[in-house]
Amino acid sequence: MLRIRNLNAGYGSLRVLKGASLHVSPGEIVTIIGGNGSGKSTLLTSVAGLVRAREGEIVFNGSEISAASPETIVAAGCSLVPEGRLIFDTMTVRENLMLGAYTQLRRGRRREVAEDLEGIYVMFPRLRERAAQLGGTLSGGEQQMLAIGRALMARPRLIMLDEPSMGLAPIIVKGIFEEIRKLREAGNTILLVEQNARAALRIADRGYVIETGQIVLEGTAEELLNNNDVQRAYLGKDYKSISDQS
Amino acid sequence: MIYNSKYESMPREGLMQLQIERLQSTLNRVYRNVAFYKNVFDENRIDIEKIKSIADIRRLPFTTKEDLRKSYPYNMFAVPLRDIVRIHSTAGRTGRPIAIGYTRNDILNWSEQVARVLAAAGVSENDFVQIAFDYNMFTGGLGLHYGAEKLGASVIPSSQSGDVQRDIHVMKDYKTTVLLSTPGYALRVAGNLKEMGIHPEELNIKMGLFGAEPWGDATRSRIEESLRLSAYNIYGVNEMMGPGVSGECGEKNGLHINEDHYIVEIVDPASGEPLPAGAKGELVISTITREGFPLIRYRTGDMSSIMEGVCPCGRTTLRMERVTARTDDMFVVNGVSLFPVQINDILKKATGGAEPRFQIVIDNLAGEDMMEVRIEVVENMFNDEIKKVLALKNGIAGNIERELGAKTMVTLVEQDSLAAAAGGRTKTVVDNR
Repeated sequence: MLRIRNLNAGYGSLRVLKGASLHVSPGEIVTIIGGNGSGKSTLLTSVAGLVRAREGEIVFNGSEISAASPETIVAAGCSLVPEGRLIFDTMTVRENLMLGAYTQLRRGRRREVAEDLEGIYVMFPRLRERAAQLGGTLSGGEQQMLAIGRALMARPRLIMLDEPSMGLAPIIVKGIFEEIRKLREAGNTILLVEQNARAALRIADRGYVIETGQIVLEGTAEELLNNNDVQRAYLGKDYKSISDQS
Repeated sequence: MIYNSKYESMPREGLMQLQIERLQSTLNRVYRNVAFYKNVFDENRIDIEKIKSIADIRRLPFTTKEDLRKSYPYNMFAVPLRDIVRIHSTAGRTGRPIAIGYTRNDILNWSEQVARVLAAAGVSENDFVQIAFDYNMFTGGLGLHYGAEKLGASVIPSSQSGDVQRDIHVMKDYKTTVLLSTPGYALRVAGNLKEMGIHPEELNIKMGLFGAEPWGDATRSRIEESLRLSAYNIYGVNEMMGPGVSGECGEKNGLHINEDHYIVEIVDPASGEPLPAGAKGELVISTITREGFPLIRYRTGDMSSIMEGVCPCGRTTLRMERVTARTDDMFVVNGVSLFPVQINDILKKATGGAEPRFQIVIDNLAGEDMMEVRIEVVENMFNDEIKKVLALKNGIAGNIERELGAKTMVTLVEQDSLAAAAGGRTKTVVDNR
């Protein structure tokens, strides 16, 4: 579904991604784990067309999109749930969701949009309860649900989530990840960037580990959880607990 | 049966993507974690970011057995030693041994590769698999053991007790259905059966997977006939984990390579230049999932070729021709690289499959290399008419020149005379230069 080869991207003179290659197959949850500043978010924003790729190919559903505009990419079926949610605080929950349907409405798909909205209310009943409330008044977890709902309104084939657990209490994170798992069960394909490696690997099929803009490891979620480097760097296990666990 | 169709029958395009991803991440890891690779890439001014496709792999330097010997025991390991859960070793017959480290994931991947190779030959969870490889520092025994267990077969870790007849009793009593061993061992089993008065059909063995020694079709037929089983070729390299690099499927037409774990190339053993599919040369392998002991472009010293084209078995992976020779066996006559096995093939054809024993003697007279092939006369080469024997002799010389491009003299000698002259051990190539 998504195939990236030798992607280079950055900001000004700063090179952030240095030749990253990865892929996501239909129906998969793929996670990218890495520390702060490793290039995870740049990777997603490059695919979304918000940051220009300097080199390399990004092929989505058979079409090269590395030079396409963000709205074309959304229309092609690739939606980003950005880091920090980026909810419009002064708009209502319903208005926020309808913004996500922008590309659908332009195609005159009013009936489909109404159906989708209903679907999202079924998935997140809390959003229905607060449909008329301003986005800025929601809790962090509710805002994350809203951000996911807004992305779904574009009927994406690939949903990219950037740090959905950020700033949320562990119990809320659990709920959000449960929703992500359900999204996949409903037939969606998901690319998930996370600092919370444990939570991400628990729901993912495969993953990539990125360090200073380079991918250093690819494997199934199980393999990555087994890998001692991953355990030390991202799962907070020291040597003793590793040996105890085995 | 295809054990893991997701990877073994993956569309080529997807496999190429997976290979480049894994190659790049392996390069990033070895550059960070293995001093040898950092130095060798820096010295050769290699920017690993420039490796953008599988074809770019040829820009990378080779890793040789000598490099591994120099780093004995642990300098090639890419992870801290505490992450290593197993260490195997090469025999070190030709120099310092090589220590090979495995992480937990390496062991899991290795088991998976072996399980695939066993399943490709038709081994299943219903089989009794007797492993007559040594269980020790050598990778054969334990490597196959883990794979057979993963497959769910009933594993009989008989090893080689040193007493073939005892092993045969195990085979008979435990109703072994699959034998894993060297081809040489299988032939010893056949010989001992005769001695013990056991008919091969009293055993339950229906197939055998043989490796760790070069062997050809003549040996295959001999094993199949004498043990009444179907024989399959498996291939592995100690430095690449061990068995599990490739194995034959039911078609018995080339060995399927586990390409999601290894990238395989064929190069000219003399120049190191890459050779196209179909051409015979040295097998060079890069690991792309290995954590503990990753190797880039390792020169295996094994001679093979890559077979392109789709296999009817449904696997999409490339196949390699069975390994028939080692680069160590290569000799050069007037600039032409030759292998004893090529001479053997020509003799086999000329004598109707007899494969007579032979010896190659090379001299240099006044700057010109002279090659002589001495052939022990076997029964079906005899003929009352001297004319026909001469024709056969000249025919062999002609075929060698035509097929291999090397002028040679052919001498027919008495049966067993070569071995007798050498005190029992015939040297195939005698180089007097």
